[in-house]
Amino acid sequence: MIAFFIKRLGQALVVMIVISLIAFSIQDNLGDPLRELVGQSVSEAERQALRDEMGLNDPFLVQYWRFLKRAVKGDLGNSYFFKRPALEVIMEKLPATVELVMGATLIILLFSIPIGVYCAINPRNWFTRLMMGTSIIGISIPVFLTAILLIYLFSIELGWFPSFGRGETIVIFGGWHTGLLTSDGLMHLVLPSVALSSIMLPLFIRLIRSEMMEVLEQEYIRFAWAKGLTRRRIWFLHALKNTLLPVITVGGVQIGTMIAYTILTETVFQWPGMGFLFLEAVNRVDTPLIIAYLIVVGLIFVVTNTLVDLIYGLVNPTVKLTGGEA
Amino acid sequence: MIRHWRLFVDSTFLYRFRRDKVAIISFSLLLLMVMLSFSSPLIAPYDPYDPAQIDIMDSDTPPAWQVEGDPRFPLGTDAQGRDMFSTILYGTRISITIGLFAVLLQSILGISLGLIAGYFGGRIDAFLMRLADIQLSFSTLMVAIIVLAIFQASFGTELYNDLAIFMLILVIGIAEWPQYARTVRASVLAEKKKEYVDAVRVIGLGSGQIMFRHILPNTLSPILVISTVQVANAIMSEAALSFLGLGMPVNKPSLGSLINSGFEYIMSGSWWITAFPALVLILLVLVINLLGDWLRDVLNPKLYKD
Amino acid sequence: MPILEVNNLEVRFPMREGELIAIRDISFSIDRGERLGIVGESGAGKSVAAFAILRLVGRPGYISGGQILFEGNDLASLSPEQLRQFRGNQITMIFQDPMMTLNPVLTIGTQMIECLQTHKGMRRREARELAVEKLRSVAIPSPEARINQYPHELSGGMRQRVVIAIALLTDPEIIIADEPTTALDVTIQAEIMELLLELCEKHQVALILITHDLGVVSEITQRAIVMYAGRIVEEGPTRSIIEQARHPYTQGLINALPERTRPGQRLNQIPGSMPTLMQIPPGCAFHPRCEHVTDVCRTQVPDYTRFDHSRVACHWVAVQEQTSV
Repeated sequence: MIAFFIKRLGQALVVMIVISLIAFSIQDNLGDPLRELVGQSVSEAERQALRDEMGLNDPFLVQYWRFLKRAVKGDLGNSYFFKRPALEVIMEKLPATVELVMGATLIILLFSIPIGVYCAINPRNWFTRLMMGTSIIGISIPVFLTAILLIYLFSIELGWFPSFGRGETIVIFGGWHTGLLTSDGLMHLVLPSVALSSIMLPLFIRLIRSEMMEVLEQEYIRFAWAKGLTRRRIWFLHALKNTLLPVITVGGVQIGTMIAYTILTETVFQWPGMGFLFLEAVNRVDTPLIIAYLIVVGLIFVVTNTLVDLIYGLVNPTVKLTGGEA
Repeated sequence: MIRHWRLFVDSTFLYRFRRDKVAIISFSLLLLMVMLSFSSPLIAPYDPYDPAQIDIMDSDTPPAWQVEGDPRFPLGTDAQGRDMFSTILYGTRISITIGLFAVLLQSILGISLGLIAGYFGGRIDAFLMRLADIQLSFSTLMVAIIVLAIFQASFGTELYNDLAIFMLILVIGIAEWPQYARTVRASVLAEKKKEYVDAVRVIGLGSGQIMFRHILPNTLSPILVISTVQVANAIMSEAALSFLGLGMPVNKPSLGSLINSGFEYIMSGSWWITAFPALVLILLVLVINLLGDWLRDVLNPKLYKD
Repeated sequence: MPILEVNNLEVRFPMREGELIAIRDISFSIDRGERLGIVGESGAGKSVAAFAILRLVGRPGYISGGQILFEGNDLASLSPEQLRQFRGNQITMIFQDPMMTLNPVLTIGTQMIECLQTHKGMRRREARELAVEKLRSVAIPSPEARINQYPHELSGGMRQRVVIAIALLTDPEIIIADEPTTALDVTIQAEIMELLLELCEKHQVALILITHDLGVVSEITQRAIVMYAGRIVEEGPTRSIIEQARHPYTQGLINALPERTRPGQRLNQIPGSMPTLMQIPPGCAFHPRCEHVTDVCRTQVPDYTRFDHSRVACHWVAVQEQTSV
């Protein structure tokens, strides 16, 4: 167990180092710290002197090491636009993105498992056909189009839900702005969450259905029937547990996609999260902010993927968490 | 190759195609869209790339059947006064081109790496598969967004716009190699166990020949199924990137960038600038996905699974 | 008084080309504590027949006719819920491959206790004690520890012992064992077979043993049924079937046993191979391979010719019988 954890941690560390290297080389090529410090009037000689003073002419590795040391302390430079520490700016927007992802995940969990299982158990039923038909349409509509469609339908035409921003938020735990505790915040969360889940949900329904159908053909399920167990026990214990194992793995992989989709969703709904901020930063060539986003998102990927692997190892008895073949 | 063609004709493949209405309709629609879009210079009433043919006075004309519509523009015009119908035809061509070339690149990369990993095994295999895992967990779209954002920021918008189509193909092409690599590797591992590979090796053929002449043909059906789905995914990724302003520029729009440019006007009631390209995009992706689903059912290949 | 009586059982599989009849006209009975062998090549329908008793024919197959009378209840016409009360309770099963039979993500204990909870309404603790006891009775070392393990932690032989323990858990009247040793190492096959025999004798459980191995049948069972292409071709006491088989097919099977050939001699084979269900020849299904074939064999399905304790479906046997009377 501990060996498994250490191995995973090592892997995560390698990935983070690669990300930080990428982030640093972006800074090295894109950002010119002099640009904000001094105006156009400064002569080339003075610029060179300043560069030397700031260590910008040091060898790559020396600069990288310096960057790394500061990054570990949470210092990723000041945002050019906000004139504040980039990490601070990003962290302010983190709650919005996290709550959006939570909303979408909740929708996916709540619907994909029951529908997927139902469709596997009743493969020829009209509801299953309907679900399979809608789900293939669902995975064929890009997230941003679903988002636009939702706004057009439920905001502009019907006026049921707001289409912009997070609505009213309140502060909890000293600094976390949450929209989950006000009805206005929740209303604002509905459409973005639905949009964000719109491709993943059909994907998971189809995945769970096909996995479950495969499991139901297994010999151990036939044996469970031969043992005279109730249908409920066979479906929801014997079959479902085997079905969800591969689904957990896929779920881990999809976290990355989900965060990518937050950029799209946040853009359409002007949701004040990290993704929206990131795109703005790209348009403003706000390098420190771009780097901070990269590192924060990289950290989120690495942490969630490690967690998913760990959960998989704990749930699946055939995986030994001893650091061997995992 | 001739052998495979005969197998194809004799197989139940055509038989099952003729009996499946969804497959026939999807295939016909796809064929129609591909043909129309690729002959767009011939059939489109206007050339959206030619500023001389665009009149700003025509901008925001609704579709022809609406009260303020103009019969010259069957699907209306966009904010710059371009004929929507022509622009969509050209845009579809760009979307399909990017999709096809990106998948071509993916498959070349993925198949080679997959063959190498599966055939040689050991450390190479472990390294490549670990890399594939990590790459997949970061998701194509995320990688593409970041890479393109950085390029855009460092190239400047003008240069970037000229290179956009190549950048999109390159980024989507490179980011998705693990899909192919994993499946090909799995098939190679399965094929390696079979006797004929041993037999071929005994004859004394080199590993390259064994891989390309003997193992690869046997992995064709999973590759075909994946490629179909991947084209749909690549088109969607392109659309998403263009929608974010990281893809095709407004003066040479793909379906995604058309939707993006229309999105600004949707609140003011100009729904057609967004709606028509969106419909074409959805239809395009949907028919490819339906064909992919059908292929999967018919060929029933062993796809990679965790 | 037989405990199980199967009458004219028929199972069909709907296919694109039309319905296949997997087994037809299957009738047999088994007494309390009796051991019956069902023999045949793979594809003869013996497994289908065995699974059909508990209505466990794999999809899309279904029982298209006949009765399965167990203590007066027709299992073929019970509601699924009523049938469930018999499955794994009075009638239990042992499957072929122990590597596939046990659920990989549930502990041995869970997979045993659930049977007792479902059928006997036992409490967990009580059920667990009984499960440990049964594991001990199938000679699994340190059962208290094993019960908390997962299937993959056990060897194939051990897993089949667990399956046997599960089959015995509810003190059943009948155990149906479908080639219980085929998937195991040759060295443990005899061990497992012996264990099964010993336990059946001890608990007075009836055993229906499906196998392609005539040797096993002769060691374990008292009566045997020989199947060919979905039909019973011969039935009788095991000893008489082995020593004086009447049906040409059974004779061929027995002559093919290695024991029947002298060292250095080629094994005796029945020429040809069993037809698939899609192309069963008209008349007697065995006629293309039969050395005694006559015209009537090619057109008419033979009826059973009955003897004191046995019956045979063969025109040639029927003619011989008539002329000798």
